[in-house]
Amino acid sequence: MTLERHKYDVLVIGAGGAGLRAAVEARESGLRVAIICKSLFGKAHTVMAEGGAAASMGNVNDKDSWMVHFRDTMRGGKFLNHYRMAELHAKESPDRIWELETWGALFDRTKEGKISQRNFGGHEYPRLAHVGDRTGLELIRTMQQKIVQLQQKDGRETGDMESGIKVFAELTITDILKENGKVSGAYGYWRESGEEVLFEAPAVVIATGGVGKTFKITSNSWEGTGDGHALALKAGANLVDMEFLQFHPTGMVWPPSVRGILVTESVRGEGGVLTNNLGERFMFKYIPDVFKDKYADNEAEADRWYEDQDNNRRPPELLPRDEVARAINSEVKAGRGTEHGGVFLDVSKRLPAELIKKRLPSMWHQFYELAGVDITKEPMEVGPTCHYVMGGVEVEPDTAAAVGVPGLFAAGEVAGGMHGSNRLGGNSLSDLLVFGRRAGMGAVEYLKKNGANPVSEAAIKAAAAKIQAPFDRQGGENSYSLHAELQEVTHNLVGIIRTGSELKEAIAKIADIRKRSANVAVTGGRKFNPGFHLAFDLDNMLLVAESTAKSADAREESRGGHTRDDFPGMDNKWRQVNHISSFDGEKVNVRAQALPPMPKELFELFDVHELEKYMTPEEVAKGGSN
Amino acid sequence: MARNIKLRIWRGDSTDGGLKDVVVEANEGEVVLDVIHRVQATQMGDLAVRWNCKAGKCGSCSMEINGKPRLACMTQVASFGEEETITVTPLRAFPIIKDLVTDVSFNYKKAMEVPAYEHPANLAPGEARMEQIDVERSQEFRKCIECFLCQDVCHVVRDHEENKKSFAGPRFFIRIAELDMHPLDTLKNRKKTAQEEHGLGMCNITKCCTEVCPEHIKITDNAIIPMKERVADIKYDPIRWLGTKIRKREGL
Amino acid sequence: MSGVFSPTRAKIKERTLRTDKWWLQPLLTFSVLISFVIYATFRAFENDNYYKDHLISPFYSPCLSEACVPEATINGFTPVSAEILNFALSPALIILIFPLGFRMTCYYYRKSYYRSFWMSPPACAVAEPHKKYTGETRFPLIIQNSHRYFFYAGLVLNVILTYDAVISFKNPEGEWGHMSVGSLVLLVSSTMLWLYSMSCHSCRHTIGGRLKNFSKHPVRYKLWSWVSVLNHSHQQFAWFSLAAVAFADIYVRQVASGAWTNFYFF
Ligand SMILES: Cc1cc2nc3c(=O)[nH]c(=O)nc-3n(C[C@H](O)[C@H](O)[C@H](O)COP(=O)(O)OP(=O)(O)OC[C@H]3O[C@@H](n4cnc5c(N)ncnc54)[C@H](O)[C@@H]3O)c2cc1C
Ligand code: SF4
Ligand code: SF4
Ligand code: FES
Ligand code: FES
Repeated sequence: MTLERHKYDVLVIGAGGAGLRAAVEARESGLRVAIICKSLFGKAHTVMAEGGAAASMGNVNDKDSWMVHFRDTMRGGKFLNHYRMAELHAKESPDRIWELETWGALFDRTKEGKISQRNFGGHEYPRLAHVGDRTGLELIRTMQQKIVQLQQKDGRETGDMESGIKVFAELTITDILKENGKVSGAYGYWRESGEEVLFEAPAVVIATGGVGKTFKITSNSWEGTGDGHALALKAGANLVDMEFLQFHPTGMVWPPSVRGILVTESVRGEGGVLTNNLGERFMFKYIPDVFKDKYADNEAEADRWYEDQDNNRRPPELLPRDEVARAINSEVKAGRGTEHGGVFLDVSKRLPAELIKKRLPSMWHQFYELAGVDITKEPMEVGPTCHYVMGGVEVEPDTAAAVGVPGLFAAGEVAGGMHGSNRLGGNSLSDLLVFGRRAGMGAVEYLKKNGANPVSEAAIKAAAAKIQAPFDRQGGENSYSLHAELQEVTHNLVGIIRTGSELKEAIAKIADIRKRSANVAVTGGRKFNPGFHLAFDLDNMLLVAESTAKSADAREESRGGHTRDDFPGMDNKWRQVNHISSFDGEKVNVRAQALPPMPKELFELFDVHELEKYMTPEEVAKGGSN
Repeated sequence: MARNIKLRIWRGDSTDGGLKDVVVEANEGEVVLDVIHRVQATQMGDLAVRWNCKAGKCGSCSMEINGKPRLACMTQVASFGEEETITVTPLRAFPIIKDLVTDVSFNYKKAMEVPAYEHPANLAPGEARMEQIDVERSQEFRKCIECFLCQDVCHVVRDHEENKKSFAGPRFFIRIAELDMHPLDTLKNRKKTAQEEHGLGMCNITKCCTEVCPEHIKITDNAIIPMKERVADIKYDPIRWLGTKIRKREGL
Repeated sequence: MSGVFSPTRAKIKERTLRTDKWWLQPLLTFSVLISFVIYATFRAFENDNYYKDHLISPFYSPCLSEACVPEATINGFTPVSAEILNFALSPALIILIFPLGFRMTCYYYRKSYYRSFWMSPPACAVAEPHKKYTGETRFPLIIQNSHRYFFYAGLVLNVILTYDAVISFKNPEGEWGHMSVGSLVLLVSSTMLWLYSMSCHSCRHTIGGRLKNFSKHPVRYKLWSWVSVLNHSHQQFAWFSLAAVAFADIYVRQVASGAWTNFYFF
């Protein structure tokens, strides 16, 4: 049988927000683009995003500006963010949102007819452009339809709608191919038929999203298996700060089958209150020192804030996610949790039923249909769930080019650096748009200087052999049970609260599972065989888990999405350190690398006293890098 | 709390197939997709099924459960009787690929045939002003998660393969309605092409699409019927037609 | 083999795997509609028992034929001759075409008779028996697009039937200010007819639905919002009004034929 081959200028792996935005950019610059995704077109993770996309348009509070957004982002990330990414993100996100409107998106409106914006944890002003609680759907559908528009244009010009941009849905990429040190294409298989496909393309954008499926309780779908992280590692790129995982404070906890499914932060943004089984609004106890002047320490003030945001401090329910997740974790551990191991989240006392249904329609639906709970009348039960990976491919901020691999780009959740140690809600959707576009532009620029890079037969053979291997093995282990085992290890040993000894144990266990996974055998044929699909995803998850465990072991402090029981404090010296993971063909190696310092003009956006909380005295004295 | 339930799952591909009986454990609060996954993990490693979000948000897990098109992740096992056998089959309007997975490319082809949104040429990004009441109608249709259950249940194509050429289906009627009601869209002739190219006239408003829509979009009442009325304005209403000719405006 | 039995589809031999009583709804609809049609046909040709003491049957109003009972006409306005081609024309036949057309082209009734009479489809996800299907694209079904004209005609009829209800607040001697069971019956039936008409989809479209920008037409938006609320219950109004009109006719017939006496409250 002959191998299916395709030639494109740019290959975009991933049809979430980041991938689609990159594809649009590259196509509008005249390049031929292929978009590849594991599920059907329009089903990527982005579709599940609920709350909104952060952009300082200032439509609701005109005091907002990119500077304020930048500050909030850095604070949220505990200053471990790559300053340049945070800067670009804050500056460009309003344009990216407005651009969506010109493509037909219909956001909720303010009275003046502008795009409405809502409050979210860690954002000083109402900043999240949204559509009810289905913002991700709006984003992905708008871009999907933008791509159709480009296709219709190509159709008018060439007679073939798919001549300039084509979507390859339900196709998994298993290898990124390189020749002469540069990217030459990618290899994969159709999920439907199990048949193999070769893409030849000198520029590849990875936009594969997150890694949640490495964990037992997660808000992510089966797609979140860290494929892009692993593909990049194997292609010679680096991952940065993989120890930082965001545990979203509010996932569903009951019934068991829906454990982990997200309860959007908008519930708290709209006034939802967290209480323990004593009825105590416990978040007041957990306001960390660095946030004392921004958050209310009593209920009266917190309640007033919903009416008057200028003269009151914010309710502590809206603290950054890492803080809230840890607080819930402590309450439950102290025996003040609900029957099913969560805490209560109640919005029914704040808003009338009609308004709840209007502002949080899919939450209402989700609880009503899946848990039999009417959130307009009763509280929800919630607990932390693995939600987002801050770590990811190390990239050049301006071009999204992966460091160390010419021709490789990464954007969206799979890229690292932007969010530091903790991502603010709403910053991901805008991140996808800003850096998706930049990755597209990066590929365009790269191709101006680099032409086609033919794939060698040897590379094809090697990639094909990998796909065939599990079918040739007999009686090896079952990928489902290995996956479950891995999830147990990560959940118990690399979860919200970590210790050095447990991390070391995890590293050993992951290595063991990886050894055994080399024998995974698959039953059944190649045609739409989920067991076979999982065998590949498992390999990726193992690499990611190894990288996370090793980075976590190395970081001897607690910060954002990384909490060490044995090193509970934040240590300003560690703020200067990024952990870089690389792959030597056998194992993941982690090394420390200095974080690039902020230039003067950004440094000066902050109050010195605030910076003193995060930076060493020498850094503060220096006052920026130039 | 766990109990055993009887499940009949269609297994096969384009060459042949049939319903297979299995007994599987079900726990409190579980949905049909959960028990299918359990079957997959313990009894049928290669059982093909699509899913993503498990929360009714992505529209991947569409199948027919006891003959009705539904999302497996939103169908509670407890909604069936203790002794009842639950029958799950793939969508019956689309070509079968394997087990519970069908070829839904028909829908993506139709999506490409609906002319895209056209933004006013002189309106720069950020300048648009629309009130909430202006966008609400279209927003209802943008809730669509593209589960294609409506496309599956619609008898126009479900029962008449030959109509697939000329019929876009309810999912795309709401897309057309969304654009025709979009306050800023400038493309002319959406009504005319809805009738002449997308087969709006084939729909006999029997409302099955509305019945199955998991997003509770009022497909027939809020999109198809209003579009039929809009089409009547320009095609079947001589008085209005005359009016628009005299006042020279196209369908407001 | 086509439809769900097409060669590309999953091989399942049942027309439907539904386990609920999907056939019940179409059966009920069929029975009720067919009973109404039989009764209405009988009444339309009966040409009698439609008027008594300021009560006129909605089936015979407005009474436009020269053959009408003089009191049943509107000020003796009878433009239609009593017989056509030697055939005695019942006054009901002259006007019944309008309410009949209104209901035949009504979006809701279309759904119900396509399902229950035509079985196209009998119920959702139950294969229909037809080989070919072209929907409402050709003659005669393309006529359904004229629904709005029947809606306008319906409004005129509503005005007349409301007038009839008002007239019924007279006693047999023709003095105002009296009320009988008959006046209530006519009042209810004309009110139901208004609700049916105002909740009509064509009404919703005409009053505001056709606009692109609601914010530029605040009054029509308000009206549209109200009509939309009624429109939610259009199906209910369709049945209630049908029942109310049928009952009004039965009542008048019984009173006119002397089987019942019309009770006067005052
Ligand atoms: C429930 C939930 C709610 C959220 N709410 C918000 C919110 O309100 N605001 C916010 O800003 N963020 C939110 N987030 C986070 C945000 O949605 C995600 O971080 C973001 O959507 C990731 O987008 P992406 O484009 O990077 O990747 P994704 O949308 O995850 O897309 C990944 C794509 O890559 C493809 N892919 C993966 N591996 C392969 C492979 N091997 N071969 C081929 N294709 C592959 C997949 O098929 C998919 O198309 C939420 C996340 C979740 C889970
Ligand atoms: S109402 Fe029309 S589009 Fe909807 S299912 Fe029926 S025939 Fe199809
Ligand atoms: S309109 Fe409803 S049923 Fe149809 S595809 Fe969209 S969500 Fe699914
Ligand atoms: S899995 Fe997403 S809708 Fe069911
Ligand atoms: S009367 Fe039923 S839709 Fe007009």
